[in-house]
Amino acid sequence: MSDPALRVEALEALLRERGLVSSETIDAVIQHYEHDVGPLNGARVVVRAWTDPAFRTRLLEDGTAAIAELGFGGPQGEHMVVVPNEPGIHNVVVCTLCSCYPWPVLGLPPAWYKSPEYRARVVREPRQVLDELGLSLEPGVEIRVWDSSAEIRYLVLPERPAGTESLDAEQLIELVSRDSMIGVAHAEPPK
Amino acid sequence: MSQKRDPFPSVDLLADGAASPPRSNGELTFEAPWEARAFGMTLALVEAGVFEQEEFRARLIAEISAWEANHAAGESYRYYERWLAALEQLMAAKGISDPAQLDALAEQLANRPAGHDHTHPEG
Repeated sequence: MSDPALRVEALEALLRERGLVSSETIDAVIQHYEHDVGPLNGARVVVRAWTDPAFRTRLLEDGTAAIAELGFGGPQGEHMVVVPNEPGIHNVVVCTLCSCYPWPVLGLPPAWYKSPEYRARVVREPRQVLDELGLSLEPGVEIRVWDSSAEIRYLVLPERPAGTESLDAEQLIELVSRDSMIGVAHAEPPK
Repeated sequence: MSQKRDPFPSVDLLADGAASPPRSNGELTFEAPWEARAFGMTLALVEAGVFEQEEFRARLIAEISAWEANHAAGESYRYYERWLAALEQLMAAKGISDPAQLDALAEQLANRPAGHDHTHPEG
């Protein structure tokens, strides 16, 4: 393949010429995904589930609809399934085929999520991979690996850290990292 | 967490703590501007109804698995190169562009004189 930057530039010129897509539209899409959409959206979903049991129930029953209540949706967010961590059960998400990822709630995926190594290994040896990523789970904890298939995008609902009863929603949001919603970290107690 | 090792040394894992606040991705989403253009172009084409997201996804899956099954030893994986290959194929399948035309146009762009994208006052 020749220089991809030139091929992309050529493709964009072609699309402009055919009147299919303007450069301004492409700029707007990039701007949206680089700056407006990110893991903060997912953190809001998680904290709402921690603090509102009725919402949690709706979220686990129909992730897409419950997430839409908070105003998040769009491409790659149409078929959301939320998998809750519980004592003794830890969930982790991968897309072995094409790195699909719930953009509306997490933004775009980090490089490691897209790597062939993560995609292959987290299925075969999840405990080892999580350990390498800094998350050591007790031997008795069951690890469930969720592979995005056809249309489903998974989001992990991490457990609320102990000792956070007095925190308000904005403080709780700070505890929910992107990685905790992929399932390669816990939500961290406040420092 | 700050001591975590990079388990996937072949990818550029930029330092970011797992507990970093979820205000942003915490790392570069795109490694080069062309990756962002290819991404933005694809979504804009879906929005414009030129093709469906799922049509693109099927091509992307095929491209990724083809690369994994057969690539030069030592060639490092770049997700957006697969993405671009999938996009080019889909555009060709839709009759919007053909590979030869794209090659020719890319070569033309490559042969622009140095400094073509800067404007200098005539002097």
